[in-house]
Amino acid sequence: MQNTTYKEARRLRIKRMVFWFKNSLPGIISVLGVIVIWELSVRIFDIKEYILPSPSASVMAIITYWNAIRSNLLTTLYEIGLGFGVTVLISIPIATMISYSKIFQKTLYPFMVFVQLIPKVAIAPLFVIWFGFGVMPKILMVFLLSFFPLLMDAVAGLQSLNPRLYSMARTMNDSEWKFYWKIKLPNALPHIFSGLKTSISMATVGAVVAEFLGADSGLGYLLLRANGDINTKLLFAILVVLCLMGMVFFMIMGFIEKKVIPWHVSQRKNLKDDGTKKSDFRATA
Amino acid sequence: MLEFINVGMNYKTLSGYTEALKDISFCVQDGEIVTILGPSGCGKSTFLFIGTGLTQCTSGEVLLNGEAIIEPYKEVGFVFQDHLLLEWRTVLENIMIQGEFRNMDLELTREKALSLIKQVGLSGFENKYPWELSGGMQQRVSICRALVHEPDMLMMDEPFGALDALTREQMRVDLEKMWIQKRNTIVFVTHDIVEAILLADKVVVLTPRPGRVKEVINIDLPRPRNMTVKESKEFMGYRKHITELFMDMGILHDE
Ligand SMILES: Nc1ncnc2c1ncn2[C@@H]1O[C@H](COP(=O)(O)OP(=O)(O)O)[C@@H](O)[C@H]1O
Ligand SMILES: [Mg+2]
Repeated sequence: MQNTTYKEARRLRIKRMVFWFKNSLPGIISVLGVIVIWELSVRIFDIKEYILPSPSASVMAIITYWNAIRSNLLTTLYEIGLGFGVTVLISIPIATMISYSKIFQKTLYPFMVFVQLIPKVAIAPLFVIWFGFGVMPKILMVFLLSFFPLLMDAVAGLQSLNPRLYSMARTMNDSEWKFYWKIKLPNALPHIFSGLKTSISMATVGAVVAEFLGADSGLGYLLLRANGDINTKLLFAILVVLCLMGMVFFMIMGFIEKKVIPWHVSQRKNLKDDGTKKSDFRATA
Repeated sequence: MLEFINVGMNYKTLSGYTEALKDISFCVQDGEIVTILGPSGCGKSTFLFIGTGLTQCTSGEVLLNGEAIIEPYKEVGFVFQDHLLLEWRTVLENIMIQGEFRNMDLELTREKALSLIKQVGLSGFENKYPWELSGGMQQRVSICRALVHEPDMLMMDEPFGALDALTREQMRVDLEKMWIQKRNTIVFVTHDIVEAILLADKVVVLTPRPGRVKEVINIDLPRPRNMTVKESKEFMGYRKHITELFMDMGILHDE
């Protein structure tokens, strides 16, 4: 009995994987296609490595330069971690305040929009003057770039509430805290997760840009040095690492999302047991 | 006792005012089932919201045990017309929220929720999410949520609207059975003449918008009202009378 359910589950899992694979096949083929064409072009036309290294050479370079890449990657990860952490810790409470109070909405919102309009890349040099070459200006840049997308989505999520739900809560208890914690915030989570995904990508950009403008370590710093040395192979190796890093961040977010809001439309498994698409899986009355 | 004294409701909208209710006066005695019967859009939902303090009327007064209702009171279970289930909570959790908000003993609430789930025929669906249920099942979950804390006052806004005829009949019988045990006060909104008569001690017939009280009809039929009551002469009489009221108001006509 136990054994059959286990086997059943495994059979299902394999079917899902096959389905997932079939589903993502076009994407995989197109990406692989580009890489193959790139590789072949470099070889056939004998393009100089300092102009455009082949994909295989770039990946090899990661191994060659792994020591340098590793330590700088850690610096960048550290900056992103701190900056993004600050973003999450600050934007959700501010979004909450904006969603509750007209006054906050009228005073904070325009200010945020104004800050958002400043070309932050342009003021980055200023950070070097103010905060030097340490980790501080990087965290600030990561924060500035990743803060707004999350704030916008969190506010949208917190405001997209069926007003009747408020009435329902009022028939049970007047506690605003209970309402926020059990209804308003969970209701906003799908929006918040979409904000977190945009935000984490911006965080990566923020860290690299800040490192461009004054740093003694980090992938942005290494990128600049590789460029200076006309070490195009290393440059591409770093780009590959940055892409992979972004992908991993995105996947982590997706994973957390799946765990936290399995109920949301975007997360529902629209699959029948046999792996085909389910058009309507409601039970009948 | 819930008293409505010349209650009127004027909604302010972008395109001016909508008069939803006008001059509503009658009272709901403790332990009585009152059904509110009227065509859709005549202000039935508005009426329930006002009776619970969720909406403040723009004229007149609503008294609960002699005191004006100025804010939502809590000794109530409300079945909303649009279910209002939380999509991130399972069937059981959706019912449990009532206990969580009221700081009730969660273990007891859970037991009661499970027995209600069984009663409405949703056993096996405790851990399903609302979007995995049909409209009728969602409605039954919403009814369980309104009952789990055993409120003295039950406000039900077309609670059987999404159910098929058979389930509907059974739910009505079950509701009456529960009421016979508990004798709580029930205000039940419907647009179904038969349902209104079969449940009620008192049917309040409303006119089209703005809703006014056309007539309050006391229903004197023996309880429990089983499936055969519908053939009795008295029932036929009430039904004929109410049908005539609707024809009179131009809501029903022969051709
Ligand atoms: N919140 C609101 N704002 C403005 N108009 C409303 C609102 N709620 C209901 N109405 C209007 O009041 C009238 C009665 O609505 P409702 O009470 O929902 O009727 P019923 O439940 O009988 O169908 C309708 O014309 C509707 O458009
Ligand atoms: Mg209604």
